[in-house]
Amino acid sequence: MPRPFTPKVVTANHLLEGDVIYQTAGNDWSRDLAEAEVLRDEAQAKMRLTFAEQQAAMVVGAYLADIKVGARGPEPVHFREDFRRTGPSNYFHGKQADETLPRT
Amino acid sequence: MYRYNDFDTAFLAERNAQFRAQVERRIDGSLTEDEFKPLRLMNGLYLQLHAYMLRVAIPYGTLNSAQMRQLALLAEKWDKGYGHFTTRQNIQYNWPRLRDVPDMLDALGEVGLHAIQTSGNTIRNVTADHYAGATAEEIADPRPVAELLRQWSTDHPEFQFLGRKFKIAVTGAEHDRAVTRAHDIGLRMLRRNGEAGFEVIVGGGLGRTPMIGKVIKDFLPKADLLPYLEAILSVYNLLGRRDNKYKARIKIMVHEHGIEDIRARVEAQFAERRAAFTGVDQDLLAELEAAFAPPDFRSAPVDAFQTAYDGDPVFRSWADTNLDTHKADGYAIVSISLKAHGETPGDATAEQMRVMADLAEQYGHDELRISHEQNVILPHVHKSDLPALHATLKAHRLATANIGLISDIIACPGMDYCALATARSIPIAQEIATRFDELKLEHDVGPLKIKISGCINACGHHHVGHIGILGLDRAGVENYQVTLGGDGTENATIGERAGPGFSADEIVPAVERLVLAYLDLRHSRDETFLETYRRLGAEPFKAALYPEAHANAA
Repeated sequence: MPRPFTPKVVTANHLLEGDVIYQTAGNDWSRDLAEAEVLRDEAQAKMRLTFAEQQAAMVVGAYLADIKVGARGPEPVHFREDFRRTGPSNYFHGKQADETLPRT
Repeated sequence: MYRYNDFDTAFLAERNAQFRAQVERRIDGSLTEDEFKPLRLMNGLYLQLHAYMLRVAIPYGTLNSAQMRQLALLAEKWDKGYGHFTTRQNIQYNWPRLRDVPDMLDALGEVGLHAIQTSGNTIRNVTADHYAGATAEEIADPRPVAELLRQWSTDHPEFQFLGRKFKIAVTGAEHDRAVTRAHDIGLRMLRRNGEAGFEVIVGGGLGRTPMIGKVIKDFLPKADLLPYLEAILSVYNLLGRRDNKYKARIKIMVHEHGIEDIRARVEAQFAERRAAFTGVDQDLLAELEAAFAPPDFRSAPVDAFQTAYDGDPVFRSWADTNLDTHKADGYAIVSISLKAHGETPGDATAEQMRVMADLAEQYGHDELRISHEQNVILPHVHKSDLPALHATLKAHRLATANIGLISDIIACPGMDYCALATARSIPIAQEIATRFDELKLEHDVGPLKIKISGCINACGHHHVGHIGILGLDRAGVENYQVTLGGDGTENATIGERAGPGFSADEIVPAVERLVLAYLDLRHSRDETFLETYRRLGAEPFKAALYPEAHANAA
């Protein structure tokens, strides 16, 4: 039996900055996972990933990441995605230090 | 030291201009990412978890003070004020922006540094013993050979599209500080009946399939080096597997075909290629040997050293741990620890880099080294200067007295930065160092090498750690496997896996149990962890790691 589809977001790195970005429902990109478009359907997810991959002048390495939906919207399921939305643990650098992003 | 000539300078400027144009073409959409990626990798630029990462080669680990200051400038101007020294004598910048990278490369070019072939399926930065030219136990300084190999391998047209990356290490000393037996090719300088040459080791490597290299040539005359290495690489280029990335390194080829078969193929290639080398390479090597002539060592009394040693216990502890014997009377080899307890192994701030550059200029004949163990070495310091040098180091958190001890941990960047990692390494290293500092045990424990990798690719050399730690992802949770009894020296040994892994919370107490068990098991203070392990085998250490399983079995 095929496994049920789990919710996902499209994520990538920004071509110029190299930092982590998430695709929004408005066909834009956000640096905040909470603003990402939640994809609940496999066909839709594939379509949105293809759309992301076509934006080669903006994004690198787009892929679908598993999430769960929490009080503030999408939350990471795997620790790798948690580090990507936060930053390294040895220094207060990356997203955790970005004052334009809301604290999670 | 070698200084770039006009050819080198022009070559690098042209190469950097090419890369600048490639970056522009990527940004304006003329190049796709698939087209651009191999170009950026050839120039040391990765895309990691949170940002780009620029890996800069420090050929054979040697820097002068101007180069170190330029590394500090890059850290400050285009990064977040620090750099990370790696296990292959490179420095990595974790936060550059794509548009800035061409400027960073130009700035490096001003001081004769580059990032060429620090990634990609080519011959990588050639590494060497970090005590080269300073230790009394070496036959010859390996750096002229390493520089020859750098020049030969850079942009070598035949070896730009190998099946996989290719790493070469050289040592001129009996005691192997360059891990030559865990490289694709390891070179050990030898003398036989008065003639200079090399023992050539091939097919070593760590990673997914760890292997100790095998001797393919027990004595290669010095003048045959380049044609022989070309012969090895050409055999690998054609015979090495390209069907499976995980079986593409030369170690797999040597393992599958056997060393005798590979030796015969290499000898056949060598016979064809030897005549093309008419001696120009040897003329160049002679020039390089002159460029690496030892500095003018001075004769001076060492009373100031003795006074500080007798009167200052902090200085004495540092001197006992961080100094090594120099070939010149009155001199010492100084290791500066980049492993302050609780800090990130191998990281230095821009300010610390400048302090080390100043010290090298003032006291160290303008030379610095980066070790594969992620520390900085001042290879030539007169002992009378050590008290002043130590005082400056202390003021900048660079005087940690722990070289070769339990907190002098090798750790790869792990999942804090690396896109390939399966778990974090840095926090585990920080916690182990902090814990043993609290216990005030590390000087009592003595020589003990802990090496931590955040994935199976083993950048942290965990297989050759006395205690190796490998971070894995087990069902979405970080999990740490322990290997025991590894050794990266001339007695190279792959460590043995101890048993089931530990969670991030359990791994530090597990290491503590291991070390306390060693203290109970050793014959005396003179028997090191590794010697005790070799005498007793894994069992008593496994019993300490897994007390419950041991109790159930008993």
